[in-house]
Amino acid sequence: MRSPILQSATKYLLPILLLFSFFLLLRGHYYPGGGFVGGLVASIAFVLHSFANGTEATMKILRRKPLSLIPIGLGVSTVSMTAPMLFGLPPMTGLWFEEPIPVIGMIGSSLFFDLGVYLVVIGVILTILFTISLNNLTEKD
Amino acid sequence: MLLAVLSGLIISLLIIPFGKLLTTKWSFLLTILPASLFLYFMSYVPAISAGSSFLQHINWIPSLGVDFDFKLDGLSLLFALLITGIGTAIFFYARTYLKGYIFFDRFFGYLCLFMSAMLGVVLSDNILLLFVFWELTSISSFFLIGFNNDNSDSRKSALTALSVTGLGGFFLLAGLILLGNIAGTYTISELIDARELILNHELYPLILGFLFLGAFTKSAQFPFHFWLPGAMKAPTPVSAYLHSATMVKAGIYLLARFSPILGGTDYWNYPLMAVGGFTMLFASIHSLFRIDLKGILAYSTISALGILTFLIGLGTREAIIAASVFILVHALYKATLFLVTGIIDHETGTRDITALGGLRKVLLPVSIAGILAALSSAGLPLTYGFIGKDLIYEATLHTDYQTLGWILNAVAIATNIGLVAAGFMAGIKPFVGTLPKQFENIHLPYKSMWIPPLILAILGLVFGWFPGPVGDFINHATANAVYGSETDMYLKIWHLNIVLILSVATLLAGTLVYFVNKPSPSKLKAIEKLNSIAPQRIFRGYANDIMRFSRWYTDLFHNGYLRSYHLKIILFAELLLAYKLWISGPITLDLEKITTPSFYEIGVIVILIGALYIVVTTPSRLTSVVAMSVIGYCICLIFVFYSAPDLAMTQFTIDTLSTVLFVLVLYKLPSFINHTGKAILYRDGIIALSFGVIISLIALRVWSEPISEEIANFYGENAYILAKGKNVVNVILVDFRGIDTMFETVVLSIAALGVYSLIRLRLKSTEKE
Repeated sequence: MRSPILQSATKYLLPILLLFSFFLLLRGHYYPGGGFVGGLVASIAFVLHSFANGTEATMKILRRKPLSLIPIGLGVSTVSMTAPMLFGLPPMTGLWFEEPIPVIGMIGSSLFFDLGVYLVVIGVILTILFTISLNNLTEKD
Repeated sequence: MLLAVLSGLIISLLIIPFGKLLTTKWSFLLTILPASLFLYFMSYVPAISAGSSFLQHINWIPSLGVDFDFKLDGLSLLFALLITGIGTAIFFYARTYLKGYIFFDRFFGYLCLFMSAMLGVVLSDNILLLFVFWELTSISSFFLIGFNNDNSDSRKSALTALSVTGLGGFFLLAGLILLGNIAGTYTISELIDARELILNHELYPLILGFLFLGAFTKSAQFPFHFWLPGAMKAPTPVSAYLHSATMVKAGIYLLARFSPILGGTDYWNYPLMAVGGFTMLFASIHSLFRIDLKGILAYSTISALGILTFLIGLGTREAIIAASVFILVHALYKATLFLVTGIIDHETGTRDITALGGLRKVLLPVSIAGILAALSSAGLPLTYGFIGKDLIYEATLHTDYQTLGWILNAVAIATNIGLVAAGFMAGIKPFVGTLPKQFENIHLPYKSMWIPPLILAILGLVFGWFPGPVGDFINHATANAVYGSETDMYLKIWHLNIVLILSVATLLAGTLVYFVNKPSPSKLKAIEKLNSIAPQRIFRGYANDIMRFSRWYTDLFHNGYLRSYHLKIILFAELLLAYKLWISGPITLDLEKITTPSFYEIGVIVILIGALYIVVTTPSRLTSVVAMSVIGYCICLIFVFYSAPDLAMTQFTIDTLSTVLFVLVLYKLPSFINHTGKAILYRDGIIALSFGVIISLIALRVWSEPISEEIANFYGENAYILAKGKNVVNVILVDFRGIDTMFETVVLSIAALGVYSLIRLRLKSTEKE
C-alpha cells in the first residue's frame, strides 16, 4: 500500500508535524498543549512517515533506536526534578529565568521536565509500534 | 558513623563493575575495609569506657519516624568491634580459602553487604532503621548460605534459613511498630523514658511475644534452631562469621538492647530463661553426638546462644556482666574453631571427626590455635573462657530464686560439661592420636589462612591473663548499657570460692565425657529423632502447602489466554464497583440540572451509537477497530464541546495511535475465525453490559454529588502564582503533581521495555529452533 501521494506528502508533513509538536511542548505552560500531547503528535508524525515509506526508512531518519530516547528523556526529567536541590531547595521546586527568551518565552525547570516527558513518550510509542511492525509475529501452528 | 555503616554497601556496589580485578593480586585491597573500620571503632574505646556515648542524626523519612539515627554506646561498641575485628580475620582468611573460586568477587560483595547490615543493626538508634538492617542481614545470609548455588542442599538450607528468620522478622516488625506507637517515638534512646508507659500497657505481653519471636528465630533458639545446622552449608568463613560470631548474635543484641526498656518483669524473665535454658542444654547434648566438625560447632553455637538468652533472661547484674563477657569469649573461640575446621576441611577434604587424627604433626600452628580455642571454650583457668564460665556460675548462684536458682545452676553446669566435651572434640580430637596414612603428605596452607585463627586463639589467652583491662575497657561499658545503670565490675583471674570448685568440676566432668563419648553414625541417627519434636516438619509441610496452593492459584488465574485475563479483571472490577455503589446508597437525580442537548451534541451521540452498533455486529476485526476509533473521536468532540482542549487533544492523538497499534497487531495475527458458541457470547454480553451499566451509574452518582470546588479553586488560583503557568492542566502535570508524572513516565518506559524485550526474546528463541 505504498502511495506516491502519501510518500511525497509525508516528506513535508514530517518536519511540519515535528515543529508543531515542539510548538505544543513549548506553549504547554500557558495554553493547551504540553509534553505528553507534543510527544504523541511527534510520534504520529513518525508513524505516518513509516506508513508511507516503510518502517526501515523511518528508522533511517531516526538514526538510532527509539528505545534510546527513553533513558535520555527520563534523565532530563530527573535532572530537572533534582536540580533545585543543588540550590538547597526541595526537589521539584520551579526554577525560572528572570527574563523571557525571544521566540520560546519563559524558560523554567518545569519546561525541561516536560521536555523529558516529551522524549519518553516518543521513545515509548515508537519502540512499541516499531518493534511490533518490524518483527514477524506470525506463529506457524 | 553513617559512612562507617554504609561503606560496606558502597564497596559491594563497586564490586559489581570492578569485581574481576579483585580475583588478581589486588584482593588484599578488600581487607582494608574491615581493618580500617576496626581501627575506627577502636578509637572510640577510651571515650566509651569512660562512660560517654555518641549520637548521630540524619533525616531520612522524618514524616514516618524513620531516620538515620546512630548511637554508639558500650553494647554497640562491643558488637561493632566483633563485627569488624573478626571480619578482618575472616576477610584475610577467605581470600585464600576461596582462591580461584569462580564467584570470588560475588562472595566478597555479599560479605561486605553483610558487614554493613550488621553494623547497621548494632548502631541504629531508630527501631525501624534497625529493622531494615536486620532484614538485610537475613538476605545477605541467604545468599551466603546458598553460595554454592548448584547444590540443591545449599539452596534448600538457604531458603529454610531465610524463611525462618524472615518469619521472625515479620513478627519483629509488628512488635517494633506496636512499641513505637505506644511510646510515641521510634528512637531507642527515647524509648527508655517511656518504659513505665510501655510496661503498663495492655499490649506489653504481645510486644514481648513478637520481639521474642524475632530474636529467637534469628538467634536459633529452640524450637527455631534447626535452620542453623543447615546454614553450615555455607563456605566455612561464612559459618565462622555469620553463623557463630556475629549474625546469630543479632537476636541476643536485640534482647540486650531492649532489656533496659522492656526487661525486668516476669513476662520478660521467665520465657527467656525457659527458652534459653532449654536450648542450651538441648543443643549441648546434641553436639556430643555429631561426627561432622561443623555440626558439632553448629550445635555448640546454638547452646552458647541459649546461654546468652538465658543470662539476659536472668537479668541480674551478675548475669548481664556474664553475658557481656561471654559474647566476647564465645566469638573468639568459636570463630577460631570454625576457621581451624575450615583449614582441616580444605587440606584433608573431610570433616568427619572419626576419620581425623594426629594432624598436629603436619599442621602445627593450626593445631595450636585449635587447642587454645578448645581450652578457652572448656574454660581452663588462665583463658578468657574461664572467666566467662566463672561469671555464668556466679550469675546462676546469686539469684533471688531459692530452689529455682539451684536448678538453673545445675542446668548451666550440665550444659557446660557438654560444651567442654564438644569443644575438645572439635578443637583437640583432630590433632591428637595417630596420623592416618592418607594425610601424611598434607602441608600447611598459606599464612593468611592459619594466622587469623592463631591470633584469635592467642587473644583468648591474653584476655584471660589480663581480664582487668579488657573488662574495664570493653565489657564494663557493655554491661552498663544493658543493665541501664552503673555496674561495678572487676574481672579477676581467680575467685577462690564455690564458683571455682564448680568450674574445676565441670572441666573434669567434661574431659571425662570427652574420653568416654565416642560419636558414631548410629548414635547420630538415634539423637536425630530428638529433633523431630522441633517444628521442622511443620515448617516443611507448610512450605509444601504453599507451593501447592500457588500452583493451583497460578493454574486458575494465569492460564495464558488474554481473553480470560480480561474477563477476570473486568469481573473483579465490577464486583468491587457494584459493592461500593451498593453500600453508598441510592442515587438521587436532579432532573433540573440537565441542560437541553445542543444540535451538535445530538449529532455526535447518533454517530457514536451507530459506530457502537458496527463494533458489535461486524464480522471483521479491522472494521470493528476502525469503528472503535470513531467512538474515540466522538468522545473527543464531546470534550471539545465542554471546553477541555487538553483532554480532547490527548484523546485524539491517543486514539489515532492505538488504532495504528491495533492494525499493526491484527495484521500479524492469523485470520479471525469465530469459534465462540452462543453461551459464551451471552456470558460476555452480560458482563459487558453490566460493566457499562455500572460505569453509567457511577457517572450519574458523580454528577449528583455536590462538587467540591476547593481543589479546583486551589489549582486555579495558584497555578500562576506558584508555578508561573496559565494552563492549569499542564501546571498540575509538570509541577503540582510532577512526581506522579515522573512515575508515570517510568511506568511507560517499563511497558515499552517489556514489549521490546518480549518480542525480541521470542524472536531469538524461534531463531534457535
